[in-house]
Amino acid sequence: MSKLTDIQQDGLPNSPSGALSKIQWRGWVLPLALLVLWWLVTAQGWVNTRLIVPPANVLKVAVTTLSDPLFYQGVLFSVGRDLSGFFFGSLAGVLLGTLLGVSRLADRLIGPTFHTVRQISLFAWLPLLSSWLGYGELSKLVFISLSTLYPVALGTFEGVRSVTKAHAEVARVFRFSRMQMLSRLILPAATPQIATGLTLGLVYAWVATIGSEFLLANWGNGLGNIVIKGRAAFNIELIIFGMLAIGGVGVFFNRIAVRIESRALRWRGPRV
Amino acid sequence: MAHAATLEIANLSMQYQVEGKKLPVLDNITLSIKPGEFVSIVGSSGCGKSTLLRLIIGLENEYQGDIFLDGNRIVGTSLERGIVFQEHRLFPWLTVEQNVGLGLLNASGSEAGKRTSVQEHIELVGLKGFENAYPYQLSGGMSQRVAIARALVNRPEVLLLDEPFGALDALTRSHLQQELQRIWEQEGITMILVTHDVEEAAYLGDRIVVMQPRPGRIKRIVDVPLARPRDRASADFTAIEEAVLGEFSDKSQVELLSVTAQQSRVSDW
Repeated sequence: MSKLTDIQQDGLPNSPSGALSKIQWRGWVLPLALLVLWWLVTAQGWVNTRLIVPPANVLKVAVTTLSDPLFYQGVLFSVGRDLSGFFFGSLAGVLLGTLLGVSRLADRLIGPTFHTVRQISLFAWLPLLSSWLGYGELSKLVFISLSTLYPVALGTFEGVRSVTKAHAEVARVFRFSRMQMLSRLILPAATPQIATGLTLGLVYAWVATIGSEFLLANWGNGLGNIVIKGRAAFNIELIIFGMLAIGGVGVFFNRIAVRIESRALRWRGPRV
Repeated sequence: MAHAATLEIANLSMQYQVEGKKLPVLDNITLSIKPGEFVSIVGSSGCGKSTLLRLIIGLENEYQGDIFLDGNRIVGTSLERGIVFQEHRLFPWLTVEQNVGLGLLNASGSEAGKRTSVQEHIELVGLKGFENAYPYQLSGGMSQRVAIARALVNRPEVLLLDEPFGALDALTRSHLQQELQRIWEQEGITMILVTHDVEEAAYLGDRIVVMQPRPGRIKRIVDVPLARPRDRASADFTAIEEAVLGEFSDKSQVELLSVTAQQSRVSDW
């Protein structure tokens, strides 16, 4: 809770923290109400408790799982996959977006293909990837990278295109070289859109990580496999716990991203 | 102190291509500017005064005639020529210090020497203490001061000013005019100011070049033989202002202005 408030204050340095914590508190109303409702319907036996299991049972499974070192190994595997896919995908995305943004020729040559291929649902790539690369780490990595690539490339492209003629003229007056144009003008000017693309890319990468663990399942280790195992054993408690853990990691990533973003973009001043 | 440049403009003409047709922007401009001179250029919008500055700075390169700086033909931009635009055009992701430092990015000299120079120029424009501020934290007047420091930091031989105070409020504007005069005297470089403010032109200039539009030509050059700092309320000062304003009020000019209104689409130069 205090962490969340800190992040918000990074973005809004002038806001009184009292008002903010009040707003943060309101965000918890809905989840808590749902939790109470969940507890109520299961405790009263209004639903089939084999399908909608009581929250206390989920908590029990959570405690057992959280004391198992294999769980943490799974989290590490998933996070490792996620971050390596994100790394390669965002690197390629920034390069591709910059190329399409600065070069009219590249935009004409590659742009239409890129925008068409983008229409193919990411999960539709999986049969092809698994046929070519099998069910191992490599096809997961390629899938996660591909998922990250699109939002990052699009964000970068938009950012690069947002460079104004006025600033480009300043660069010409000071005789910037091509490299200086890129490193001192184009990329810094594009940071807000690149940051948006990266934040979105991080979400996509995590979705793709879990997706690849579901759909390219080779009984490997990973957070997604916990849910698969739960389903195989018809262990609803384990499925729900796995979902919560997946969501938790996603929220954690997003908080870090927001924090890095607001630090990198502090030159824009407080946003209202 | 920087070396001040002589600027020779001879028979300069320029056209824009609009829908396949040639549209004359500047017609046969001849003007000689002495080292260390302050020249004001006034004219109504569309008279090509900003285009003239863009040619001198080297952002536009299609023209006929000659522009020489110290005897060398101007080709492209150069660190010898600085410019302050109407909008400050600071890079919002850089601090005041880093923005001023952009002017020295491709200049020769040691890093330590550059740092000293940046600091000196921040002090020159009166922004000591704001080195680490970002542009969003500055007022319009302060931003324009940074832009002036950025243009001066590599000690150009000539500084071009394209309506630099046009977007500022009257109080800030008159204060910055005084500051600019002080800087000009201190640095001793050649300055060319484009403005539509006749008072500003008369307050700062050794000479006022009056331009007329369609196509842009020099109509008259008015000398300002008044000692500095000038008293804007004095009879001599207002006489010069009236001499310049008189150039705008004749009949042919009024006719031209009505044409301007009809052709507003192409008059946005």
